[in-house]
Amino acid sequence: MAKGRRRRAWNLLAAALPRLGALVTVGLLAFVAGYVLWRGLPGLSWALLTQEESVLHGQVGIAPCILNTVYVIAVSLAAALPLGVGAAVYLTEYAPRRRLAAAVEFAAETLSGLPSILYAMVGSILFCTVLGLQKSLLAGSLTLAIMTLPTVIRATQESLKTVPRSYREGALGLGAGKWRTVRTVVLPSSVRGIAAGCILAAGRVVGESAVLLYTAGLSTAMQDFSSLSGLVKASGSTLTVALYVYAKERSDFTTAFAVATVLLFLTVLLNLTAGAVGRRR
Amino acid sequence: MKEKDIIKARDLDFFYGRAQALRHVTAAIPAGRVTALIGPSGCGKSTFLRTLNRMSDLVEGTRVEGSLTFHGEEVFSPNVDVTELRRRVGMVFQKPNPFPMSIYDNVAYGPRTHGRWNRAALDDIVERSLRAAAIWDEVKDCLKKDALGLSGGQQQRVCIARALAVKPEVLLMDEATSALDPISTARIEDLILELREHYTIVMVTHNMQQALRVSDKTAFFLLGELVEIGDTETLFSMPRDKRTEDYITGRFG
Repeated sequence: MAKGRRRRAWNLLAAALPRLGALVTVGLLAFVAGYVLWRGLPGLSWALLTQEESVLHGQVGIAPCILNTVYVIAVSLAAALPLGVGAAVYLTEYAPRRRLAAAVEFAAETLSGLPSILYAMVGSILFCTVLGLQKSLLAGSLTLAIMTLPTVIRATQESLKTVPRSYREGALGLGAGKWRTVRTVVLPSSVRGIAAGCILAAGRVVGESAVLLYTAGLSTAMQDFSSLSGLVKASGSTLTVALYVYAKERSDFTTAFAVATVLLFLTVLLNLTAGAVGRRR
Repeated sequence: MKEKDIIKARDLDFFYGRAQALRHVTAAIPAGRVTALIGPSGCGKSTFLRTLNRMSDLVEGTRVEGSLTFHGEEVFSPNVDVTELRRRVGMVFQKPNPFPMSIYDNVAYGPRTHGRWNRAALDDIVERSLRAAAIWDEVKDCLKKDALGLSGGQQQRVCIARALAVKPEVLLMDEATSALDPISTARIEDLILELREHYTIVMVTHNMQQALRVSDKTAFFLLGELVEIGDTETLFSMPRDKRTEDYITGRFG
């Protein structure tokens, strides 16, 4: 008798624990997001998003930081995309020997696991000092490009692998060469997966702070994007770095939380977009 | 009228790594006729078919010994332009594999690959090929439609049209009807008989009745060996080799 009741009690507990775990997880997420929104929404205004900062007029604006973030996303993706897709195409379609392909894959995986502070140091030495770019958004973007390369490679590889072998056979059987087959049949079929990978990479870029702190600078002033030299020299903070600047260096927590809210929205938006793009088939 | 043999194999050996898939195959494929390759699973008939246009190269670690010639030229010689060979010796696969593009783009893929870009010329080629594959009337109003939206039998006929669009001399069919329903199969068999006039067809089939219905010459493979090859009716009614007889009468396979 007692055994039956004990078993039922045990089953109830075993069912309840995972549920509890899920509740705690969702609860924590809700708490963090909720707290950020609670502290940040009051400080958020259209003026904040579109103005630049000015001590003269006594106004605060994060428009420069938003532009810097866009710059960094654009440039790092522009650098990572051709390299990443190229590497993935080589690994999946051309690699003659399994050993070489496995070595490259291992390198990419290891790269993606390195602590970001390491990238910050290497990026600052390589791009800022050795290549003479100094503290600039360009140096930051290039460092981030290396950091997000494994994400792009992996997403592209997965996407290429889902293209059925029969497509390649069909094209080759018609007398198309290997590159033509890849260019006209395989790659177009994988565009969705590659796009989803890019959006995920963009998400990583948006969330990165340590690297940019070391390579891109702290300025919250509007940068000159109108000329080529302006683009190369531009140095400033992106949204994540701006959060640090406002919170730590200026103790302006209202603005800091407003920036946090913008980041929250941006991250959620990017994740949802990546999911939607990758799924629609 | 003596038939010309356009493909000749002599003592052809084929290896997947260390495993030998074809042993001393000696065969002649006549032009303008349908040759069927029959035999139980794993006997080497598909492997042999794939050597004819070097699709066997797609597998790593394969090796060929002996002679295989197309119009007298060695197929496996390193000087051969493989893409040109595959244009002249086309292939239709077991499972219909249209590209994820419009019907028009599918059929135009081959010609575009080989340098034909003129729109009017392509329109003409596409129509001609779809007519030759007996599917023009069904798709002429929806050429821009995604080829994957067609039924299996229609997809396979589009694949045949696609193969015909580059004007090959030889058409290889690797169990091209085994994934289709009986009605589609019958239509494609009729198509094969129509194409016979203008193309040389080599087809692998599991279905002996199909070989009887459609082919002029039949080759029976077993365990990598070409056991017997000859006129279809003769092979089926008076096989020379006992193994052929056993296979045909269903004692194995």
